[in-house]
Amino acid sequence: MSNKVIHVLYNDDDILMDAVKQTRAAHHHIEEVYTPFPVHGLDKAMGLAPTRIAIASFLYGLVGLSVAITMMNYMMIVDWPQDIGGKPSFSYIQNMPAFVPVMFEMTVFFAAHLMVITFYMRSKLWPFKEAENPDVRTTDDHFLMEVAAHGDVDQMVSFFQNTGAVEVKVIEEKH
Amino acid sequence: MYTFSSKLKTFSFVLIALGVLGVGYSFFTAPKTIEDVEKILAAEEAHGHGDHGDAHHEAANPHGEDAHGHHADKHDIHKEVSTSHTGRGDGHQAAGHDAHAEHDEHHEHLEHVLHQLQNKPWSALYVGALFFMLISLGALAFYAIQNAAQAGWSPVLFRVMEGISSYLLPGAIIVFLILVAGVMDWHHIFIWMDESVVANDHLLQGKAGYLNGPFFLIRAAIFMGGWILYRQYARKNSLKQDEATDNLYYKKNFKASAAFLVFFIVTESIMSWDWIMSVDPHWFSTLFGWYVFASFFVSGITVIALITLYLKSKGYLEYVNTSHIHDLAKFMFGISIFWTYLWFSQFMLIWYANIPEEVTYFITRIEDYNLPFFGMVAMNFLFPVLILINTDFKRLSWIIVMAGIVILCGHYIDFFNMIMPATVGDRWYIGMAEIGSVLLFLGLFILVVFTALTKAPLLAKRNPLIEESKHFHY
Repeated sequence: MSNKVIHVLYNDDDILMDAVKQTRAAHHHIEEVYTPFPVHGLDKAMGLAPTRIAIASFLYGLVGLSVAITMMNYMMIVDWPQDIGGKPSFSYIQNMPAFVPVMFEMTVFFAAHLMVITFYMRSKLWPFKEAENPDVRTTDDHFLMEVAAHGDVDQMVSFFQNTGAVEVKVIEEKH
Repeated sequence: MYTFSSKLKTFSFVLIALGVLGVGYSFFTAPKTIEDVEKILAAEEAHGHGDHGDAHHEAANPHGEDAHGHHADKHDIHKEVSTSHTGRGDGHQAAGHDAHAEHDEHHEHLEHVLHQLQNKPWSALYVGALFFMLISLGALAFYAIQNAAQAGWSPVLFRVMEGISSYLLPGAIIVFLILVAGVMDWHHIFIWMDESVVANDHLLQGKAGYLNGPFFLIRAAIFMGGWILYRQYARKNSLKQDEATDNLYYKKNFKASAAFLVFFIVTESIMSWDWIMSVDPHWFSTLFGWYVFASFFVSGITVIALITLYLKSKGYLEYVNTSHIHDLAKFMFGISIFWTYLWFSQFMLIWYANIPEEVTYFITRIEDYNLPFFGMVAMNFLFPVLILINTDFKRLSWIIVMAGIVILCGHYIDFFNMIMPATVGDRWYIGMAEIGSVLLFLGLFILVVFTALTKAPLLAKRNPLIEESKHFHY
């Protein structure tokens, strides 16, 4: 049995939002929505789980802070505690103010870069990646909602035509 | 319209009464003569510093048991901060070991302690008065920024901000009277006001063109007058805008706010040199104005958030939602970090270069005020950063209230750390005088602010941005 999906195209984000709400109310499963720009509140309307990337970033920041502290404690206090311009190098805390700029920058560096890399990996983005948009117009001025087709496909098509769609297509999935 | 609940009114009167008792008691029990001080020191000696129970004594006396030797050890530090209290710091160093010189030195030490103890109730009163006055000034600056930036989220909070800034008038008068009392020689918070000290101090003579009584009071009057003028004018226009048919008063307020912000940032900087930095007249720092600003600005925003939450919980602010609270909490979070950035920049630059002329300021604070000095960094930075970094937390009333109280206490300690080391030195203690003064001004603040809130509807009706603000959603 082949899998079918329905591609519903809209040309306005307000109509799209209403359509998403109607679709959810009618218990059709939305596979994906393609938009040319971020639509405010779309994730909530679709019922997507909130992102946890901020939590990841916070933890990465702590890693960066630990790296900075460990590195400077080893280099400046443990390995070769030299007297440089009279700065006290007997313990980490005594010379800490001088280390704070590095601690701060390392925290920001780790938090920012590891978060971005996490984002790329979780959204499967990398160079030479094959683009996945089902309709080139979705990068310009059209909005596309992809819904899994089940049961009476003709009835579903007429349902989506009533949601303000400019185009409804039934697609036979390749795989 | 808001009605001042009789419970809260009674509460504020109780605070004022307790405050007056505490402050009065501390003035009454301050030592009057050198003999009193001798008794106090003898009693301390008998108890021994270890089991005295005062945490600060342990922190403050790393150099020895006996207060006398301790004084000699730290002579250099004292010289910067309070030599000027005796005006004869140099003779002290030259003192030999014969009995006569030692007796002189002992006498001088007693006099030094006497001046510190006599300063204590005055300084406590001054810190409290200044702190609450600056909170209302911080709220006023925030209000002016919101007006000048045409912020769309905050107009539903304007009446709360106007209410808080109403304390500026009585608060500024109280601070001004304390400054006048200094010039009149009733207290010695500002050592450069003592002519016998200036006569023996070359550095103070050099600064006398700026630091002199009449000019000091004229500056203070101009600054306070300008702030109060803007506050009253903006409030009047804001009320007129409610009844107007066009946006004339809104535009007037926009222009006045922009002009006030320019005036404010100049006068605020000079104000911080005058009223706070000049208690250490041998010391100076260029970013001090910003540092003081950040401290009272974040306190002002915190008080806006706390009073908004209080009024909301009583059902008076229909249109305030968690998004407004969230925005205030973001400001509390961001400005707390800004304060820390300035605190650290000031500390680290001076610590790093370690120039004796500047560094005594921090040496007295680290040696004598170790816990408050570093404790306030935990309260003003670590705690708000870890609590308010979470988006969900920024919408919870109890989290905001808890973080707000910690931030306010932290910034009170910040002002305490700015004033006390110069006026009472290692004789500090958070006792009757300090708590009494906070209660007194807290009671007065609540009374004035909530009375002002009853004077006008809590929603600015015809502000052009009010619709946007009512539906603000983040």
